[in-house]
Amino acid sequence: MHAPLENSIQAHGLVREFKKGPRAVDGIDLHVDSGEIYGFLGPNGAGKSTTIGMLTTLLPPTAGTATVAGYDVVKEGPQIRKVIGAALQEAALDPFLTGREHLRLQTTMHGITGEERRKRSEELLTRVGLTEAADRKVKGYSGGMKRRLDLALALVHRPRVIFLDEPTTGLDVQSRSALWVEVGRLAKEDGVTVFLTTQYLEEADVLADRVGIIDHGRIVAEGTPEKLKAEIACSTVEAVPANPDQQGAVTAVLERFGQQTTGYGPGSVAVQLTSSNGNLAEIVRALDAEGVVLSQLQIHEPTLDDVFLAKTGRHLEGAGDQEEQEPKIAEPAPA
Amino acid sequence: MTSIALTQTAALGARSVVRTARQPANIIFPLVFPMLLFAVNAGGLQSATRLPGFPTDSFVAFALAVPFVQGALIATINANVEFARDIQTGFLNRLALTPVRGIILLLGQLGGLMTIALAQAVFYLAVGLAFGVRLASGFGGAVMLLLLELVIALAFASLGSWAALRTGSTEAVQSLFPVFFVFLFLSSMNMPRNLIEADWFRWVATINPVSYLIEAVRSLVIEGWNWEALALGFAVAGGLSLFGFTLATRALWRRLERT
Repeated sequence: MHAPLENSIQAHGLVREFKKGPRAVDGIDLHVDSGEIYGFLGPNGAGKSTTIGMLTTLLPPTAGTATVAGYDVVKEGPQIRKVIGAALQEAALDPFLTGREHLRLQTTMHGITGEERRKRSEELLTRVGLTEAADRKVKGYSGGMKRRLDLALALVHRPRVIFLDEPTTGLDVQSRSALWVEVGRLAKEDGVTVFLTTQYLEEADVLADRVGIIDHGRIVAEGTPEKLKAEIACSTVEAVPANPDQQGAVTAVLERFGQQTTGYGPGSVAVQLTSSNGNLAEIVRALDAEGVVLSQLQIHEPTLDDVFLAKTGRHLEGAGDQEEQEPKIAEPAPA
Repeated sequence: MTSIALTQTAALGARSVVRTARQPANIIFPLVFPMLLFAVNAGGLQSATRLPGFPTDSFVAFALAVPFVQGALIATINANVEFARDIQTGFLNRLALTPVRGIILLLGQLGGLMTIALAQAVFYLAVGLAFGVRLASGFGGAVMLLLLELVIALAFASLGSWAALRTGSTEAVQSLFPVFFVFLFLSSMNMPRNLIEADWFRWVATINPVSYLIEAVRSLVIEGWNWEALALGFAVAGGLSLFGFTLATRALWRRLERT
């Protein structure tokens, strides 16, 4: 019987400093289990790509230690490169080569040749839905096709750990969903450990078993998306007065139920409810008692952006674009 | 070198050739421009052959050496611009994330450039033969000429690769083009050094390594087997190759910080 393969990622006090620059990564600890999808969330410049650079052996750490699949990132770089796959930010493809030629080159670089190379290329082209486009030059591919080819290239040697650096940035909804399905399948069916960076909250929410939130090079929160949101525990109520002059009155009523928050629609008042304080029916009654007429009233469940806000004091970039949550309750304006 | 390393080098070289072949500007310009300059010089400077001591009565034969050096220069600059683009787009990082050894990445790139330069050299030779030039060194001289062209291409290619790896900038590599061209024009490309009247020009042409590359090629065309010229040509090309390759290798280690 074979011993189970060690596919985990571990880091302790990992630091990366650039010359004449701040610490891009400032002492992070990570533990990603075998077969887990770990979402690494943070705004631009938070240190996500630098962390991936160190874990994939492209950048030596300034301090700290890390292992990938049981190998040390500093001492055993060549061994790590044999067992990892990576699709880095912006698909780095040669516009003058075809998809099939990319696969041929990548398999050769991994020492896969002959019939095995041909079979593996065909298998991956089918898997990412590029069989028909395989002999077209990449310069004619759409963004989604490039990303799918990028993923196929990262998988040619059947890696045990895969790093995806913002794999869906710039993709349309359909392409993004297709990639999510493929990434989910990799972890569930093939047992591959997936380390995924993203700026998109929805992506982390849908895909990741656990999420780490990084800001200014430090991990500020970590856990399952559900656990992180449960830590916040409070929904947000957003109300839009029918008459803008009544905004002050609405604010006064809502502040009885929680703390005012920002980042919602123009003309609206939003408060994050304190855990034991009030429900929607009570809020409606209080507003009615004050004679306020609303054009809209919504309750928002906590999101990872709320977690980010709670931990860092600001919203995650792009959160508004990505996390357009459906309101749980939409009440007509009280009479 | 193991068979896998050889296969990897060949695959990278083939990619470099295919990428160049699929960009018509990168094919046409290195073929046509040297031929145009060759035609202009050969047509306009024929009377120079009447100078006492001029080594041949055919300026076409005399000038044929220039396209070999000029073409190698243009092709390697173009290809190294693409190499710098690989750095900018992250393609080099993609390759660096595989188990391939760093030196293979450089050897593959240089191998591709040498292949392109060799194909160009065959074209220049064919044009020369079509215009009635007969190599004084015969068929063996043609083989030697192609071998010399490979070493000349390696010299320019490794210097261009160094620039690409050191700067990671397509603009920086392109800026080498006029620098190399100054060396070409300040060489013995249009006149044997002993017939250059201006002292300063003769001195510059004498210390200019490009003169020895041209003179080695030229010797095979118009003189036959001039071992001194060939030795100087190979020594200069080999020395520049070694110098450029050393610089490029060091720049590669700096560029690829991988552990």
